[in-house]
Amino acid sequence: MLAPVLHILPLTTIVRERTLPVAGKVNAHLNQRVNPTDVIAEANYAREHVLLDVARTFGISANAADKLIKVNEGDRLTQGGLVAEMGGMFSRSIKAPRPGRVMVAGGGQVLMEAGDARIELRAGLPGTVIQVLNERGVVIRTAGALIQGTWGNGRIDNGLMTSLIDKQDAVLTADRLDVSLRGSVILGGHVRDVETLRVAAELPVRGLIISSLLSLLLQTAVQMRYPILVLDGFGAMPMNTAAYNLLTSNNKREVTVNAEHFDRYNGNRPEAIIPLPVSTEPDEPNDYEAFAAGQRVRMRRSPHAGMLGTISSLPSGMSTLQSGLRAPAAEVKLENNTSVLVPLVNLEVVG
Amino acid sequence: MPASLVQTESVLAIEVGAAVTRVVLFDVVEGQYRFVASGQAPSTAEAPFKDIGIGVREAIINLQGVTGTKILAPDHGLITPAQPDSSGVDAVVATISVGPSVKTVIVGLLNDVSLQSARRLAESTYSRVVDSLDLSDQRKPEQQLDSIVRSRPDLVILTGGTDGGASRSILKMLEAVGLACYLMPMEKRPMVLYAGNQKLAGDVQELLGGHAGKLEITYNVRPSLETEDLGPASRELAGLVTKLRQRQIKGVDELYMWTGGNILPTAYAQGRMIRFLSRLYESTRGLLSVNVGASATSVAAGFNGELALGTYPQFGLGESLGTLLQYTELDDIMRWLTLDISPNVVREYLFQKSLYPGAIPATKDEQAISQAVARQALYLAVRALQKDFPASAHAARTELLPPLDLIIAGGGVISDGVSLGQSLLLLLDAIQPVGIMPILIDQNNLLPLLGAASERNHYLPVQVIDSGAFIGLGTIISVIASASYGDQVLRAKLTYADGTDVRADVKFGGLEILPLPSGQTARLSLQPLNRVDAGLGAGRSGTVPVAGGALGVVIDARGRPLQLPPDPVRRRELIKKWYYTVGG
Repeated sequence: MLAPVLHILPLTTIVRERTLPVAGKVNAHLNQRVNPTDVIAEANYAREHVLLDVARTFGISANAADKLIKVNEGDRLTQGGLVAEMGGMFSRSIKAPRPGRVMVAGGGQVLMEAGDARIELRAGLPGTVIQVLNERGVVIRTAGALIQGTWGNGRIDNGLMTSLIDKQDAVLTADRLDVSLRGSVILGGHVRDVETLRVAAELPVRGLIISSLLSLLLQTAVQMRYPILVLDGFGAMPMNTAAYNLLTSNNKREVTVNAEHFDRYNGNRPEAIIPLPVSTEPDEPNDYEAFAAGQRVRMRRSPHAGMLGTISSLPSGMSTLQSGLRAPAAEVKLENNTSVLVPLVNLEVVG
Repeated sequence: MPASLVQTESVLAIEVGAAVTRVVLFDVVEGQYRFVASGQAPSTAEAPFKDIGIGVREAIINLQGVTGTKILAPDHGLITPAQPDSSGVDAVVATISVGPSVKTVIVGLLNDVSLQSARRLAESTYSRVVDSLDLSDQRKPEQQLDSIVRSRPDLVILTGGTDGGASRSILKMLEAVGLACYLMPMEKRPMVLYAGNQKLAGDVQELLGGHAGKLEITYNVRPSLETEDLGPASRELAGLVTKLRQRQIKGVDELYMWTGGNILPTAYAQGRMIRFLSRLYESTRGLLSVNVGASATSVAAGFNGELALGTYPQFGLGESLGTLLQYTELDDIMRWLTLDISPNVVREYLFQKSLYPGAIPATKDEQAISQAVARQALYLAVRALQKDFPASAHAARTELLPPLDLIIAGGGVISDGVSLGQSLLLLLDAIQPVGIMPILIDQNNLLPLLGAASERNHYLPVQVIDSGAFIGLGTIISVIASASYGDQVLRAKLTYADGTDVRADVKFGGLEILPLPSGQTARLSLQPLNRVDAGLGAGRSGTVPVAGGALGVVIDARGRPLQLPPDPVRRRELIKKWYYTVGG
């Protein structure tokens, strides 16, 4: 059976696509070196539209109204700019209520886009542009440590990582956060109160990388303007050993926290990247492989959720689990040396 | 492309679910179609695999391991038609439920008429309604437009107007939809299904044809104010959803080729089969089918050939568990648990499971939580559909279901359950059926696959069902009574074919099981006390023929609607007792 791979790697090649949600202008060029804060693409989009019903306002047919419309598709109008005019003794006109651009004119109506909003897409990670996606963004390649998580609040930022975790099952509380941490990415353990998230916002921090989060805090976490990367899941879960060792050994290094939402269809998942200098680029990691004895795996569900272990054997056929269900399973030797039978669908390979 | 099923023999049926991909082989044995074997594998639509073909092939390889027959060629293509060495298959059909929920905007004229028809139509597939427009909408046209654009729909369902009726108001709404489509990037434009006033078909084509991602014009769902006909529109909608999946998910195109275009959304195929069975067996009451899956819980009810079909992604047991608490209280899940645990444990379970929809319970406690969540999801789904049952489906009281003739249940949590007793109790608690009816477990999720096959071969589904491909749990007798716990409400006597009998004095609040093995029939005499209704009418006695099953004849004397004790300790004890009674 095929196994999904969770990447927790000290050094690998990382290739990431960074794209605008709407078409825009790409500023970066091929082979350009970019920093995380560089604006690589930008776009303007209309937050809203204004529909001007010329025919109804003038009380005439759509065809007659079309002849009175003075604007064309693509015209930019200032507030008060003339849209349509009906001559005669008592001349009447329709003017643009707001500045904007004409999207469609016809059928007796004019549709304008208004309320321009600007999107700036930052590189998010340091690296080299290896592909330019016309009007959409770029593909960036870098080398470094990669630590993938399970949940993110949709934000991205980067900064110097400061570790506030001294053991895998540590709890990060508000009293650990002081002004000296302003602008840092905090590496913490389990977060179980709103106060911690709020104090982190007040400093402000540039990101939180934590082992787990109480699901009751999800709504608050989504509202935070800094990225929150949850590595292991919801509830009180310790940080998995691989992530703990890798992150704590990179304390005080620059880290990019891309806490994007996990998109199970395109595979984008929240992650932390620690760029590292390399003389030769390592290989890109596999995204999946076949289950095999000797693989390091992570448990996705209780009773050992988040724990790591090694597959000692793969019994053929179906195995009966403690729950009574039958499923293909693996014998896994956990880090505490106990052996457990785990259904394959509850495992992911770490690598 | 495989030849027509009618002329062929072996049929490979493939169901691609959100968590599991199943393949099933049907073949002709002694002149009749039979279910031969099945294979399954985890679905692979999602990252990192991103291609359903990987899971389909793995499931076929597992099937080959069971049957010893080769279906895949060395290059992993399909061997078709069947070869003289018995390798290969003659035809392929498929259903698909995997994929993100279909973001849908519904448009109608009147909120309580055509918009309701549009909603029901949307609920016949894996839709999530993200916006709705009707005449009572107080928003300005540009606000409606912006709302549609912002919601980035995959699909717009347009209804409104009886045939030859109102047109001006519909045209205004069409304009809003057309402009919204125009404003979206070409590759993100929604598919549009028009099922309104047929007189406007030409205008619809003109206004939307150039702007919609794809436009289908079908029969009016409200040809007159009094008539609703969702049939043709739901068929078109099924086709559009399949096309959407072809766009969204790699591998669906290949499946389309394998099946010669015979792919249906799983829930649609399930509904089709229930309507077919409802007609075939001339069911005087209702047939109910439930499927509790990772992508959605779907419920189909057939009453005299009329179908009500509800597909509820929000009650699926996968990714959407993270939002289940928007539709129900945590206490309503906790009430089904025999475990004395903190509500937070259940809350964390929901969110953790939503991260890994394919994961399964490994411990007894997790299994218990999983069963409690499934009960509540199914309970909500059945109640949601009940509002849309046809008028001909009469219930004794509004809070009760109408009497049913048969229940067929499928979906991983039911068919892969630890014991049949556990599955039965889950169904009785969640559905709370009324009347006297057999319950069948669709262990291999055959029902939708038979629905897909029925498009091209009417014999196959009937012969497969008659061959006993489903597991009969037994016959259920539901008791409706106003009584206190422990009061005697019914005397029952089961007389076997050999003349021997078994009797029971049934008390309110419990379950009683009278043994009757599968394949056997017997006569059940029911003598309710006072005004108790044991499926024959309030206070009415009688004798009915009953069929056996894995659990026999089960008298559910817990009342309808089921009232659980408010005291958690007593409630847990009672539920444990019920589990004990059904053997699980």
